[in-house]
Amino acid sequence: MVLVFTEINKNRIKKSSLECVQYAAKIAALTGGNVTALVNQASAEHLEELGKAGANTILNMNISDLGSDHILSCAAVEHAVKHSSAKVIVFAFDIAGKAIAPRLSARLKAGLVAGATELPAVNGAAFEVKKNVFSGKANAIYSIHSEMKIIALLPNSFPVVLSENKALVQEFQPDLSAVKSRITIKETKTNATGGMAPLPEADLVVSAGRGMKGPENWGMIEELATSLGATTACSRPVADLHWRPHHEHVGQTGVAIRPNLYIAVGISGAIQHLAGVNGSKTIVVINNDKEAPFFKSADYGIIGDAFTIVPKLTEAIKKFKAHQN
Amino acid sequence: MKILVAISNVPDTTTKIQFSDNNTKFNAAGVTFIINPYDEWYALVRALELKEANLAEKVTLIHVGLPDGDATIRKGLALGADDAVRIDSEGPDSFYVAEQIAAYAKEKGYELILTGKETINYNGSSVAGMIAGILDLPLISLATKLDVAGVKITAEHDIDGGSRVVECDLPAVVSCAKGMAEQRIPNMRGIMAARTKPLEVVKPIDSAPLTSIKSFDLNPGRTSCKLLGEDQLDELVKLLHTEAKVI
Ligand SMILES: Cc1cc2nc3c(=O)[nH]c(=O)nc-3n(C[C@H](O)[C@H](O)[C@H](O)COP(=O)(O)OP(=O)(O)OC[C@H]3O[C@@H](n4cnc5c(N)ncnc54)[C@H](O)[C@@H]3O)c2cc1C
Ligand SMILES: Nc1ncnc2c1ncn2[C@@H]1O[C@H](COP(=O)(O)O)[C@@H](O)[C@H]1O
Repeated sequence: MVLVFTEINKNRIKKSSLECVQYAAKIAALTGGNVTALVNQASAEHLEELGKAGANTILNMNISDLGSDHILSCAAVEHAVKHSSAKVIVFAFDIAGKAIAPRLSARLKAGLVAGATELPAVNGAAFEVKKNVFSGKANAIYSIHSEMKIIALLPNSFPVVLSENKALVQEFQPDLSAVKSRITIKETKTNATGGMAPLPEADLVVSAGRGMKGPENWGMIEELATSLGATTACSRPVADLHWRPHHEHVGQTGVAIRPNLYIAVGISGAIQHLAGVNGSKTIVVINNDKEAPFFKSADYGIIGDAFTIVPKLTEAIKKFKAHQN
Repeated sequence: MKILVAISNVPDTTTKIQFSDNNTKFNAAGVTFIINPYDEWYALVRALELKEANLAEKVTLIHVGLPDGDATIRKGLALGADDAVRIDSEGPDSFYVAEQIAAYAKEKGYELILTGKETINYNGSSVAGMIAGILDLPLISLATKLDVAGVKITAEHDIDGGSRVVECDLPAVVSCAKGMAEQRIPNMRGIMAARTKPLEVVKPIDSAPLTSIKSFDLNPGRTSCKLLGEDQLDELVKLLHTEAKVI
């Protein structure tokens, strides 16, 4: 049995959660058994989507303050593990997964692979799971020896193909009376991202660096992003200089992303920047210095002045899109 | 209030990664090791700031590792930590490391345990949550701000699409990310003082790792970049559509 922890954000099942359900379904196919998805306060539409992603059973909870302290979510997952007799538990390696999966791992003495990028290979009683190490410069195969196993799946590393599958839905009321939330929320702040997909989930990203000279020049970056339906990002100095908000900073110290397309404008390609973006499927680099290290890590490169190239590229994309419709 | 800062010993960020023993071991030959940047810049510096503001009595470093990590621990002492302990074990996996740190923190009564958000070699983001799980403590994960008032801490941490300001009682575990503090450079006096600060070496407690690494492989990276001219942007868009299939 495989249990998947899933989340709803902005009234949608998170993309990373759907990836996890699909991943769990593939594990269940390898090991035998079914997939149970755990979710809180899901609507009929959410339940349908989880079914389509491959859940056989859905445990739908109705707990209003579940997200306030990970201690509660962790306890809920523990109840669901018992209820479903799960031996494998899948999380997304995202903000919630990074907090809950390790706690659960310690409580159940279940070996955890944090940031898996591929399906496990079953080797006797052990699972062998690939994950990124050295900030994307290498991979390692981890072997999980314990009977219970936890895998936290790196977002955007597993494709989702929805089917017509329908899940059996059960109302699930774990008894959390013995666990007390010890965290009090004082204030919640929302990043102003407009209509853009959140960076960790974005398929398309347009990112710019110090080569843009100043925050007043970001209009053309935003226009390029809009023409593609992409999310904007930036290099670290750009966030440190307050040209752009901190949540846009990608790289080793910022957000690590792996979109299908990463367009880097006026970014030199320092190793610490690459650490957060080298998992992107396709990288396009625009830089006026032909020696910029980023060209060594790019699939497509344009050597030239961003100030003339970016608006022209936006036009080319608009033309392409208009043609497609 | 005493703070325990967990520091990991990692290859410098610019290291060219290589493996040995048939790709089963990291090849440390010629590699410069540093304190994991998140542990140093954020967890340790913030701990020192809290001590300087008289909000903490003592800042202790803990490292689970072999004697080759001592130089890294001394760098942490040079930055201003009061003392350090090294649990003498290779630290075979995150769970094992967390068990060692949890046991030490509990025995010695540390009220605040700080870690970095992740190590830059194994990228686990796991140790803090495991310590919290072992000791049944609250965890503030990926904190970007941290303040202490008596037995309470206030922190800000990232959530999907935003951030949250939260409060909890000590004891607690906090994993630290960018925003919490600014990097410091150790001065000569710190470096001299570090030589004589206590670095205790302790035997590990019994614990069994739950995972192990079987093998490594290097990411080949990108081999060739297709260069296009400024006047070939339509061509680029076409390639992104037909060749890369990303738009
Ligand atoms: C431990 C550590 C962690 C770090 N973490 C991160 C991280 O998470 N993310 C990150 O980004 N950095 C990180 N850094 C910093 C990193 O080393 C680089 O300093 C940083 O990425 C450089 O940002 P940049 O490319 O925007 O600026 P620069 O290096 O200044 O590069 C600007 C680029 O723009 C080009 N350019 C200039 N004018 C134009 C023009 N008109 N048209 C086109 N191109 C132009 C230049 O040729 C140059 O290549 C970290 C550093 C350390 C030590
Ligand atoms: N061997 C170790 N000794 C002490 N602290 C460690 C060790 N490994 C990891 N940590 C701490 O745990 C954090 C998260 O590590 P990880 O879960 O491996 O990404 C690091 O930033 C350190 O603060």
